Amino acid sequence: MSMGLLRLLRGNKASAPVARERLQILLAHERGMRGQPDLLGVLREEILAVVSKHVMLDPTKVIVRLERGDEVSTLEVDIEVPNDFERKKAAVA
Amino acid sequence: MAKVLVVTSGKGGVGKTTTTAALGAALAQRGEKVVVVDFDVGLRNLDLVMGAERRVVFDLINVVQGVAKLPQALIKDKRLENLWLLPASQTRDKDALTEEGVGKVIDDLRARFDWVICDSPAGIERGASMAMRFADEAVIVTNPEVSSVRDSDRIIGMLDSKTVRAEKGERVEKHILITRYDPSRAARGEMLTIEDILEILATPLLGIIPESQDVLRASNVGTPVTLANADGAPARAYIDAARRLCGDTVPMQVPTERKGFMDRLLRRRAA
Repeated sequence: MSMGLLRLLRGNKASAPVARERLQILLAHERGMRGQPDLLGVLREEILAVVSKHVMLDPTKVIVRLERGDEVSTLEVDIEVPNDFERKKAAVA
Repeated sequence: MAKVLVVTSGKGGVGKTTTTAALGAALAQRGEKVVVVDFDVGLRNLDLVMGAERRVVFDLINVVQGVAKLPQALIKDKRLENLWLLPASQTRDKDALTEEGVGKVIDDLRARFDWVICDSPAGIERGASMAMRFADEAVIVTNPEVSSVRDSDRIIGMLDSKTVRAEKGERVEKHILITRYDPSRAARGEMLTIEDILEILATPLLGIIPESQDVLRASNVGTPVTLANADGAPARAYIDAARRLCGDTVPMQVPTERKGFMDRLLRRRAA
């Protein structure tokens, strides 16, 4: 009781529950990633391979990003395609 | 049947070397024949904590590479009949540890000792993976602090996937050892509690080593803390942990310093 009062007077709250919660969220995420070390890398390579079959691409202009949310996460794929890709495609074919 | 035990943590500075020395000495005092092996190649310290730094002639790398025979490299403890040290190399780097070479040394040690305790370096690189590679059991040293708990979780993942036992579909028996624990801070909500840590890591508890001045004092003089002040709180906690490793049932408690009135008075004056 007196300890709680003391804490109230000093104005600092118990920090251990915050530590526990942060760890639980972080580790749940990290454990999920284990065993599939570079999901984004693999996705990027495969997307690049598929799109390059049809369109000439600069491989450095393919960006795959994963944004983690509380409920859902979004996978963002950003591919920069040159405007004259139709012509280039014809040239390749 | 010899047991290979790795003392590991991921994070540095949590007490792996202190724990290796203390558990090694506590097991040897029970009559078990023990060797403690330093895997921290390039940054050896187990010799210093054990007080054997001036007696190192050959090391683990010399044995792995066949430059020295195992008995030449083993250093016998001056205090305990059953305790031996295999030091790490100070001049070489971790790449000198080949899996084949380490495996052979571990097999040799198994034939000579009851316990082979491998002191892992910090991190998750070669030295750490070699230290755990052939382990039957693991002590994961964890401080009640977020970064230590996170790294322990990572190490548990490695123990479950990267060890010889894991690859054969067997289990490495894992134990959490919480060090630098301060019960009063935990009670005030300033420190993760034992329950928090065990729930998060989902691994059984081997012991709780309280924060204590004994630990620094023991390493200053090069004596395992279980020998330096056998009545002190950390020594009693380590001795209990060693008993649990041997299969004894010992009630779990956080040992506290036994302080008399005069002690308190003097300590207060001195502080």
